[in-house]
Amino acid sequence: MALSNRARSSLGRAAQLLLVLGVLWGLWEGYRWLWSTTGWTWPFVVDHSTMPHVHEILRALFQHPTSGTGSILIVQLLKAAWFTAREAIVGFAIGASVGFAIGVLLSQFRLLQRGLLPYVVASQTVPILAVAPIVVVYLGSIHVAPWFAVAVIAAYLTFFPVAINTLRGLQSIDRNALELMRSYAAGRWWILWKLRVPTALPYIFAALKVSATASIVGAIIGEAPSSIQSGLGGYIVNFNQYYTLAPQNLWATNVVAALLGIAFFLVVVGAERVLLRRAPEHVA
Amino acid sequence: MNVVELEGVRKTFDGGTTALVDIDLTIGEREFISLIGPSGCGKSTLLRIIANLIEPSGGVARVNGKPARQARADHDYGIVFQDAVLYDWRTVARNIGLPLELAGWDRKRRAERIAEMLDLVELGSFADHHPWQLSGGMQQRVSIARALSFDPPLLLMDEPFGALDEMTRERLNAELLRIWETSGSTIVFVTHSIAEAVFLSTRIVVMSARPGRISDVIPVDLPQPRTAATREETRFFELVTRVREALHLGSDTEQPIVEVQG
Repeated sequence: MALSNRARSSLGRAAQLLLVLGVLWGLWEGYRWLWSTTGWTWPFVVDHSTMPHVHEILRALFQHPTSGTGSILIVQLLKAAWFTAREAIVGFAIGASVGFAIGVLLSQFRLLQRGLLPYVVASQTVPILAVAPIVVVYLGSIHVAPWFAVAVIAAYLTFFPVAINTLRGLQSIDRNALELMRSYAAGRWWILWKLRVPTALPYIFAALKVSATASIVGAIIGEAPSSIQSGLGGYIVNFNQYYTLAPQNLWATNVVAALLGIAFFLVVVGAERVLLRRAPEHVA
Repeated sequence: MNVVELEGVRKTFDGGTTALVDIDLTIGEREFISLIGPSGCGKSTLLRIIANLIEPSGGVARVNGKPARQARADHDYGIVFQDAVLYDWRTVARNIGLPLELAGWDRKRRAERIAEMLDLVELGSFADHHPWQLSGGMQQRVSIARALSFDPPLLLMDEPFGALDEMTRERLNAELLRIWETSGSTIVFVTHSIAEAVFLSTRIVVMSARPGRISDVIPVDLPQPRTAATREETRFFELVTRVREALHLGSDTEQPIVEVQG
């Protein structure tokens, strides 16, 4: 029986994914084997704690962590991932909205752009690790729930690429398209809404893809200074302390965090597919 | 009433380039006027002055008896550019409906008019296609439908078929004449194809360059309606020759031409 083209292509993609995973596994284990048998120490000593076996990391997911209480690690991590995801989603939503608003504002008022843009850029040169505790302490003092403070930190990492790309997209309209709007005597808000924003959408989605993963990173990092134990950040801090005893636990947490980031990314890609009907060459 | 009145229109660009001098031209209802001339004669600039997309440096431009600026605000003209300038993110139907949205038509009235316009340019089955799925000729027909959707008394066209192959161009020429008959609008058409100008126009305005000015106005007395056979009539060739000679008289020097806005 002949497979439909769609089925064949998704089958092909699955095979491709497995192949990539297989190659990565081979590289990890091959590197590990070569370095430990030869005793090479550059750039770092390879042993159980620096590079646990892949199967050890996977096995750790299905065991109870060393403390012994509660469910197996993967269940705990998935719960933590969901907790962190909620912070990240709220942060992403805030950051994307604020970023979009800043982009629109800067595009509409040239003076504002000249005055404000340097500070928008400067905001990103401040390390998030330095900002996070300030945000948590400050928001805590006005009785904001800690998880929301984390969302704000995630938003801090999210808004910047969206703001910059929105601005760029809004400014990259076709001259003829603008002339057409002027022939209709369209005002600036019509031009913004009917021409500039649709033109900017591919740029905005490119930024949202970056921001999707950044919001996860922001949420994880934000959990540390807020002493939130229930998220992935809490687990990472915890497993970090026992790293020499059980490195595979931290690695397993990283795997889950990475999967969460990928899931976020894919959601944005999916939204882009649905919302953006463009000529094929315009779809990133 | 005259649809377009130009009196002593001049245009000097910021860099000091003089694009147009002493343009006087009156266009009546239901005329089909072609502006023809070498590159740099300012024919596109003149069209944009009528459209109020460019302000003249001197003189007066009136459309429908109003200052050009007011005519633009009142949606007194539709415009078609060399590129179709369709919005990629909109379907064919929604591209045609764009000016209607801006004019505040409700959804039902828009849908009815879009259907009429799709029939007019014979693209009924492409309503839900996106621009990139259409050929260049089809895109330009959508662009014409969009320009005529709000029933403007004046249609301005800036080399609309310049980027198309000869076969498509001739077919669209015939189609444009049919649309002109049906819609009852006045058309100002910029071209640098002599045959196209003769085939389409009721009058041809010949322009010369450096500085851009009107060097001749040639009435076209070919009978209506015009068909493929028109292109083979003796009178057609006589007029083509007449326009060609007028163009050569206008540009007696063959220096390299400095491009001034089309």
